Amino acid sequence: MRGPKARQAVALGLLLGLLGLLLAVTSSARLERADLVINNGSEPASLDPGTVTGVPEGRILRGLFEGLTVKHPRTLEPLPGVALTWELSPDGRVYTFELRPDACWIVAGTDPARFGERGDPLTADDFEWSWKRLLHPLTAAEYAYQLWPVRGARQFTELPIDRVYATDRAAGAWLRTEAGVTRVGLTGFRLLDAAGPDGRGGADAVRLLVAAGDRLRRGAPWLALGDTLVPSAVDGLVRRVQPQPAPTVAALASEPYESGWLVELEPPANGEAQSAGFVEHERFRDEVAWPGYVGIRAETPTTLVVELAEPTPYFLHLVSFYPLFPVNRRCLEEARERWPDSWEIEWMRPENLVTNGPFRLLERRVNDRLRLVKNPVYWDADRVAMNTIDVLAVEHYGTMLNLFLTGEVDWIDRCAPNLVHRLIQREDFTPRPYLGTYFYRVNVKKPPLDDVRVRRALALTIDRRAITDKIMKKGERPNWALVPHGIPGYTLAELEHAPPGAAFERYEAAFAADVARAKELLAEAGYGPGGKDFPTIEIHYNTSEAHRDVAEVVADGWKRNLRVDAKLLNQEWKVYLDTQRSVDYDVSRSAWIGDYPDPNTFLDIFVTGGENNRTHWGDPRYDALIEEAAVTVDATRRMELLHAAETILMEELPILPVYTYATQNLKKPRLGGFYENVLDEHFPKFFYWMDDAELAERRAAQPPEWERAPAGGPRQGLYPPAGRDEVLR
Amino acid sequence: MIAFFLRRALWFALTLWAVVTVSFVLMRSVRGGPFSNERTLHPAIERNLQARYHLDWPLWKQYLQYIGPLNLDEAGPRFLDGDGSDPFGGVLVGDLGPSFKYRDFTVNDIIAQSLPISVALGTIALLWALLLGLATGISSALWRGTRTDVAMRLFATTGIALPNFVIAGFLILLFVFGLPLFPVAGWGTLRHLVLPGFALGAPFAAYISRLTRTGMLEVLSQDWIRTAHAKGLPARLVVLRHALKGGILPVVSYLGPATAGILTGSLVIEKIFAIPGTGSHFVNSALNRDYTLSMGVTILYTVLVYALNMLVDLAYTFLDPRISVEDA
Repeated sequence: MRGPKARQAVALGLLLGLLGLLLAVTSSARLERADLVINNGSEPASLDPGTVTGVPEGRILRGLFEGLTVKHPRTLEPLPGVALTWELSPDGRVYTFELRPDACWIVAGTDPARFGERGDPLTADDFEWSWKRLLHPLTAAEYAYQLWPVRGARQFTELPIDRVYATDRAAGAWLRTEAGVTRVGLTGFRLLDAAGPDGRGGADAVRLLVAAGDRLRRGAPWLALGDTLVPSAVDGLVRRVQPQPAPTVAALASEPYESGWLVELEPPANGEAQSAGFVEHERFRDEVAWPGYVGIRAETPTTLVVELAEPTPYFLHLVSFYPLFPVNRRCLEEARERWPDSWEIEWMRPENLVTNGPFRLLERRVNDRLRLVKNPVYWDADRVAMNTIDVLAVEHYGTMLNLFLTGEVDWIDRCAPNLVHRLIQREDFTPRPYLGTYFYRVNVKKPPLDDVRVRRALALTIDRRAITDKIMKKGERPNWALVPHGIPGYTLAELEHAPPGAAFERYEAAFAADVARAKELLAEAGYGPGGKDFPTIEIHYNTSEAHRDVAEVVADGWKRNLRVDAKLLNQEWKVYLDTQRSVDYDVSRSAWIGDYPDPNTFLDIFVTGGENNRTHWGDPRYDALIEEAAVTVDATRRMELLHAAETILMEELPILPVYTYATQNLKKPRLGGFYENVLDEHFPKFFYWMDDAELAERRAAQPPEWERAPAGGPRQGLYPPAGRDEVLR
Repeated sequence: MIAFFLRRALWFALTLWAVVTVSFVLMRSVRGGPFSNERTLHPAIERNLQARYHLDWPLWKQYLQYIGPLNLDEAGPRFLDGDGSDPFGGVLVGDLGPSFKYRDFTVNDIIAQSLPISVALGTIALLWALLLGLATGISSALWRGTRTDVAMRLFATTGIALPNFVIAGFLILLFVFGLPLFPVAGWGTLRHLVLPGFALGAPFAAYISRLTRTGMLEVLSQDWIRTAHAKGLPARLVVLRHALKGGILPVVSYLGPATAGILTGSLVIEKIFAIPGTGSHFVNSALNRDYTLSMGVTILYTVLVYALNMLVDLAYTFLDPRISVEDA
């Protein structure tokens, strides 16, 4: 190691090694450009429909999986997906879905030669299993509540984890020493037929192998769970065998659940107490329990019956929502067999994942991209135009815009706020109203904000048009209600204010009237000239330039018009959430994005004690109206009830609404099958590249002031999807 | 030699333990958790999530579980044959656990995917930084006080003063939108690494230039250099074979932390050029309260800094005959 030759050799070797690595790293990363490249804004948390909650995840999952229904990309009305038809019972409580017989899963693996092979058929059982998995406490799905309208679903998710034992293949057994006797019991297996209509796989699967007078031996079987024999953990003479009744559903949720048999043993001769507690859980943790009382039932391989606890008018929207996509049971279970410790990660790998959507996963590189390829065995594959789609995870505003402008990406979902004014006239930037509200929460317990007159004065002096027109600039609409603009069939219950005109001058006059009213209100509350001094309040928001700008306009409005001083307080995202959650603020910036186009997704937040309420506000009248709306079948009546609830909210003002969001997509003009809709949901299945004629036609219909942008589009021929018009009408 | 390595290994273990413990405590004492979100979870659902990731355990128990291949679950033996409910293998066996945020990946997966990319980017940046830094530094020292020296020093000062994202912005304007030679961002080919490598290496090149100049000036004034000149050796040989060896010692000691910094601290450059390396995880994992990932990259950084510093110490013994391993 000491000679100059050796040193040179070491240095050279090191250099060559590094260069080799460089080549290896870059050569393995090379990919042909996909037919369509989209930027998703962040790395998806997971591709498991059962455990994710985000917008970026949803976008990919709509390509990989398909639910019973899909949404029409423009109107969002349900179109047939895996289900061909569906029927609702007259009382609005039972949905019967007929599944298409030709739907199937893919064959796992990333070998393109096998992509054309059909996997297992996709049946109603898959949906029953997947939906119950979503609800299962051990799945720990954040979106489990999306299925709570189903009968018994909520109780299932709320079952204490250590009591969810019963599955169709397994149960738990326990051992306890009480005064003078040792009790050995079964626990949970009867969960199956507790109030369940069919009791499939229930008590019959479990047999007790000992009777009074027998000797129980450590290690010898005493229970049969299906084919599995459960060894005893204790020795002892059986004194008595007592059958235990099945508990009620309510008891399951609150009381320790024990059922089956209690086996009493003679007290141990040496007087030693045996350890108490559970001694054996036969694989319960990775099994998924199927309590019969959850109203999801596969009646035949192609018929799925769903019983709802209450009529839920938006249930069909939920059915097309990604948490309700099916997952492949075999895929999960085989992964569990092969990788007992890491199956939750292994089943998600591209080579193992089994999906049923229009695309399948070919490659996944963390923080870089996912490559989706067309799934040839998808039932509607003929109408899927794109062969490959790359989904990037670029987070930086400037970078994604650069990628879009250089044509490397065909669609980006957001636009840097400081560049909106440069892009707003371009034909590839088409913002539209979005089903989300930007608002401020108010701590209604904290003086002086506990006075509704003060809250009303603050709400009236927010200069909403200044915020939407001078800061946001993408066509956001001022809002005086919680529910955003754009839900069909619903009239907003706006806070009482002077109606603004469409023109800015008219708005100014209306705003002046609002300010005058606000001054009166504040004087009535005892503040202002001749009254008490108004204490300084804090506007709390998460660190971001846009939120700061809005807060500055709001604070300025309060200062100039009401002489109310407001300080700005920004916190890092997670700290901000924590502060808001513990209601440790005066006024806190908030937003809510709807899951489905229905007022309930917004109004439901502010029921008394709701976990997203975070204002200390509550009103029994409001709760009653929301509850009544939940059981009302008649659509008009229901909307009236929700409107009445929002009216109360806008009288009490635990929130100060600011504006309705707008979408901010930038997409290549040639990209077809892409529609701006209020949910900002887009469907890879319907994407295609327009031919020149269609593009010219579209462009002819554009307002003349729009700036032309590069059309983008296919590198190798066009992709006209057969029968597209007939589906999208 | 063996004693040297043993001593280093012991210190390494102690340092790592301290880093892991302190960052574990710090990470857990920050407000907000991995599952806090715009939407507050229903209490039952939150409880289920906490239980699944053992966040309902007392902190000491979570810590022990994180450190070692222990099984601390009350239900004990059930997990010994592994049923997937306990994916934590522990730092001691090199298992950094599953990521809280990217649930389809373990921390080991994430590092295994992103580290080679960071190394590739870092190699380019470092090679270019060394090439440019040494060349300018040496010429600056040789032609001390001339216009060349001033120009080189101006270059070095500018390089240090300009943050790399500003350099990146200029590079993009010049070589993407001006003269379309390179892709604007993204990852997949060597071409994707040129601009980010250049931008990332520039400040380091500037530092190296300054260090080389100082080091060379010192060495060039030494007696043995004069002797070499006097013996009639050609100037090229004196500089490259004799002076350089001593002159770059400051650069060598700087290379250790610089390499670790380049490999892990390329956060901004990785963001601007959308390079999926390790850099972004350093900040994002903390923002996401991704406890395991943030611990994982902290450990990675500790190991890298330690290993590279050791390499630097070894390199010293190659370059300076007066220093032996035992002194290091």
